[in-house]
Amino acid sequence: MLPSSGLAWWLLILPLLSAASTLVYLHRKPNMAIFASVASASLCFLLALGIAAGSVGEPTPFEWMSFPGLQIDVGMILDPLSKGMLLVVTGVGLLVHIFSIGYMAHDPAKARFFGGLSIFMFSMTGIVIATNLIEMFFFWEGVGLSSYLLIGFWYDRESAAQAANKAFVCNRLADFGFMAGILTLWMMTGSVSITQDALQGALLHPSPVAENHALATATPPVTPASRQPLLTNGGGVQQFSGWLAFVLVLGLFAGCMGKSAMFPFHVWLPDAMEGPTPVSALIHAATMVAAGVYMLCRVYPLLLLSPPGMLFIAGIGCFTAIFAALIAVQQNDIKRILAYSTLSQLGYMVMAVGCRGPAAAMFHLSTHAFFKALLFLAAGSVIHALHDEQDIWKMGGLARKIPLTFWTFLIGYLALIGFPGFAGFFSKDVILAVAFQAHPIFFWVGAFTAFLTAFYMTRLVVVAFFGRARSNAAEHPHESGAVMTVPLIILAVFSAVGGFALGIEGFYHGWSISQLRSTGQLPSTGATPQLPALGLLLGTVVPLIMVFGGIFLAFALYRGRDSDPLHIKVLANKFYFDELYDRQLVGGQQLFARFLGWIDDWVLEGAILRGAAYLSVGVGELCKLIQTGSLQTYAFVLSIGGALLVYFTLFAH
Amino acid sequence: MTLLASNDFHLLPLLLAPLVAIAFILGKAPPRLTAGLACAFNLLYAIGLILFYPAAQGGYQYEMSYAWVNMPGLPPIHFHLGVDGISLPLVFLTAIVSFAAVAIAPGLVRRPAEYYCYLLLMSLGAMGAFTSLDLFFFYIFHDFALIPTFLLIGIWGSQNRQFASFQVTIYLLAGSLILLAGLVALVMELPPPDRTFDIPTLQAYISAHPLSHESQNIIFLLLTVGFGILVGLFPFHSWAPPGYASAPPAAAMLHAGILKKYALYGMIRITIPMLHDGFVFWQWLLLLLLAGNFLYAGFITLAQKELPTMLGFSSIMHMGYLFLGIACWNIIGVTGAVVLMVAHGLSAALLFGLSGEITHRSGENRFSELGGLAKRAPVLAILFSFASMASMGVPGLANFAGELMVFFASFLPGNVPAMALIAIYGTVITAIFQLRAIKNVFYGPMPQRYAADTPAPPGSGVIALPAMTDVSSLAERAPYVLLTLASLGIGFMPFLLIHLVQPTVTLLPFMK
Repeated sequence: MLPSSGLAWWLLILPLLSAASTLVYLHRKPNMAIFASVASASLCFLLALGIAAGSVGEPTPFEWMSFPGLQIDVGMILDPLSKGMLLVVTGVGLLVHIFSIGYMAHDPAKARFFGGLSIFMFSMTGIVIATNLIEMFFFWEGVGLSSYLLIGFWYDRESAAQAANKAFVCNRLADFGFMAGILTLWMMTGSVSITQDALQGALLHPSPVAENHALATATPPVTPASRQPLLTNGGGVQQFSGWLAFVLVLGLFAGCMGKSAMFPFHVWLPDAMEGPTPVSALIHAATMVAAGVYMLCRVYPLLLLSPPGMLFIAGIGCFTAIFAALIAVQQNDIKRILAYSTLSQLGYMVMAVGCRGPAAAMFHLSTHAFFKALLFLAAGSVIHALHDEQDIWKMGGLARKIPLTFWTFLIGYLALIGFPGFAGFFSKDVILAVAFQAHPIFFWVGAFTAFLTAFYMTRLVVVAFFGRARSNAAEHPHESGAVMTVPLIILAVFSAVGGFALGIEGFYHGWSISQLRSTGQLPSTGATPQLPALGLLLGTVVPLIMVFGGIFLAFALYRGRDSDPLHIKVLANKFYFDELYDRQLVGGQQLFARFLGWIDDWVLEGAILRGAAYLSVGVGELCKLIQTGSLQTYAFVLSIGGALLVYFTLFAH
Repeated sequence: MTLLASNDFHLLPLLLAPLVAIAFILGKAPPRLTAGLACAFNLLYAIGLILFYPAAQGGYQYEMSYAWVNMPGLPPIHFHLGVDGISLPLVFLTAIVSFAAVAIAPGLVRRPAEYYCYLLLMSLGAMGAFTSLDLFFFYIFHDFALIPTFLLIGIWGSQNRQFASFQVTIYLLAGSLILLAGLVALVMELPPPDRTFDIPTLQAYISAHPLSHESQNIIFLLLTVGFGILVGLFPFHSWAPPGYASAPPAAAMLHAGILKKYALYGMIRITIPMLHDGFVFWQWLLLLLLAGNFLYAGFITLAQKELPTMLGFSSIMHMGYLFLGIACWNIIGVTGAVVLMVAHGLSAALLFGLSGEITHRSGENRFSELGGLAKRAPVLAILFSFASMASMGVPGLANFAGELMVFFASFLPGNVPAMALIAIYGTVITAIFQLRAIKNVFYGPMPQRYAADTPAPPGSGVIALPAMTDVSSLAERAPYVLLTLASLGIGFMPFLLIHLVQPTVTLLPFMK
């Protein structure tokens, strides 16, 4: 362990400084604001490299809130999990910053854009290094805030303003569960910390709040009654430890469902595409939406307390994966297709956690961050080239006209569908193997989702890049400048070869095993559990068949087409969830609100109060007398009050 | 009672500054500048008092006591001042919100001398109530502050100010009389030789000789209803939304920001510590009513179509968090409530002030007619967003820290965790209406008439509707920026405030 130093704090301080200076002064000097933001992102990336290399250690935590029985410190956790995630966040973040210099060059409010990116970098880094759930929640809402600000970046568009609100409220609703989960954890174990030591303590020697409280306040002192491990079996397979554990897991998972847009909270993410494309790449594809998965991996030993909770997580993840992939098949907006694909891939990751494969989830999270950021940025480059055209049916034939964008997009595409040799291939295989181990149904749904993924992505590529140009804009696109294409190339390289870094999976796997051992959920000795050979084999072969099937089918259907031969209304309309929420939930809530408002106006205030006033005319007249508006009268009334006080005290016995 | 505490006159300047300023204003000094100077002095002075307060030790400090009335048969009334870790944050709140309220630019004010004198009187009354340790002055100072409130609404108010002023007057005077009855009954329960208005002495006596259950139950109810009306506890809240909607922004800032906290302060200082059995007996009712604040007032807020009325209901709703923290009566909860009093005071003052700016500069307060103003007034938009985020409990602003403590407190044994869930759900509701307000006022397409001066429709009596303007000068922005910075400071570093509050809270009777 390195001596603690304050150096790591700059990870948080730099972006915050950049955002604050933009807010206060630099918004008048856009180029300075961009410089501040990009410089802070670059330095954070260097710092993350230093942290990953082990030359920057954990700083000393400081107290944020402290009560008997409740200790919340702000600290930094720098273990393999956070080191890996930090590299992803700062690396992709830096590339997106650079890309945005070109993409946002002509926007008059670009300073505000970069300020927003800096708030995001501050909050996202905070989530990664949080040592306890309250610290995480602090930054958790911070990324929600920056997401809100950036989705609503073009705030004069009604749709953007609407989407920003929707994203924030959906996340708030989910955070309701998250907070409940945090409080439940505190109630069960007396701690909200998620460092390895703290989790070990919480699981093996919990000190429930009730007991702490009794200890602190009881006279005579009582001895602790229940320092029993929360795990009924000291190791190996855990038993279900009651409904409280289920509530805990459900609550924590609710946080993930909001941030990672799991069904039924998925509605905000596609709408979030109203924001500028670099934002979609960084926040709504690569990093923030993956924060939910990261958080689940962070608290993984706690999730194991409730097998039904784990099953729920896997089920929701699995369902979201196929549900979103189905919708993606019938979308026409290039960014929305990618957004639904993000939902689907997040579903994979969440399913992997639920199937006891946090390492697989983190592996896919890392590769996905690179190829999905690549896809979004390349899509941004397309949109930029076509002067804000996003409908794939108004594109066509772009492959020859903007070749660099095309080739990088193609690499992202191959990585996403899991084409052999590309990044997604490896990480998806591990997930499917984990799913196979948990239950075959997860495996088969996952495999079918791979087929759908290949189908809709091939559709996108064929329609947008091949065939003939179907609009004026598509006739004369212009390739983007180097400041935009260089980040694309770097991301493409990672997407192409990232999967060969199988070390990533092993890296996370090793961390996960050590965490489980220390919290008593795995025997501390013996061989590490391995994935079954059959699962790995099936996980490789079956998706391959699916992927090639999807590519072939989409080619056959869409080659040379000028309009969509498929008309599946229910998919095009996203299973009508927006309508359901808008009309039934929001409408119903609003109706109820108006009803209560009516009650308040007419019953409580009108009938009861005014009625009472009118009934007693004498009182009413008296009130009129009081209501003279002159200071003297009021002073008189006041002195009566004082006199009454004196009188009653004196003479009433 | 002849006991004279150490005579430490350090609190006196806080009360003298507004009085001196009023004297100068009556002597034709420039009203706004004079009032501003007095409030600035108080703010700096209050910060000084906090810095020199022995926070780790807690308890009353800066005590001065002067025998005011000493008649045979009547318990002596002392002008007894003193502050501890619970009242000091409120003194700071009073000082900072008063400064902001005086410093905001209210356009052309009619009769400025009177206007600023009334504002100073409100501030003085609040400051007096929070620093008084004698029941008589504790009550009188607050009542004293209500009078200028009524006048400010009645004379400088907007919309249907006559009715609003009438309603607020009736309601608050009724609440204040019920409170008076409760306080008198409390003192009368003591045997005659031991009767006292001195709060610490009274507390010491009651701690040693608790009142009977029956009288505790009755007096607790009286005090709770009295304080409840003053703070807008459900279902005694009807005065607040129309009152705040018609009040001039500065008066709304002072009342919603500071004066309303008086009732909560009274609950912490008097009602629960002195009538603990009554509290235990009635706790269920208190929880039920404050759930009404969250759910009933929360939902009604969603249905509001005008910005000031929405803020009025929202301010009622947020009393739920404060009451919940107090009703938990444990260290975390009460500390959280005190932190939240400051936080809510800052955010409510910000919101009411900014709402005044919006209404005044656009000539409009209906959501349906507003929109897109961020284009014309970006600074106003940023400030209003900060205030909204504070009110929504976004981390980094003070309200979150306080609400968090209240949530934790509800999960301690002896409390009802379900209340925390209702409270957290309240943050969802707040997010919905507050974000909708931002969107309806600042986002979306902007109606043409805000872009440039436009001729008013014939017959409206106005010659031209001016274009929307921003808070452009430093002086216009300063009060809002100050409040925002205070909220950010507490939000990022809540330990600063907790260290001040917690030791005193630990000393409270029956504290768990």
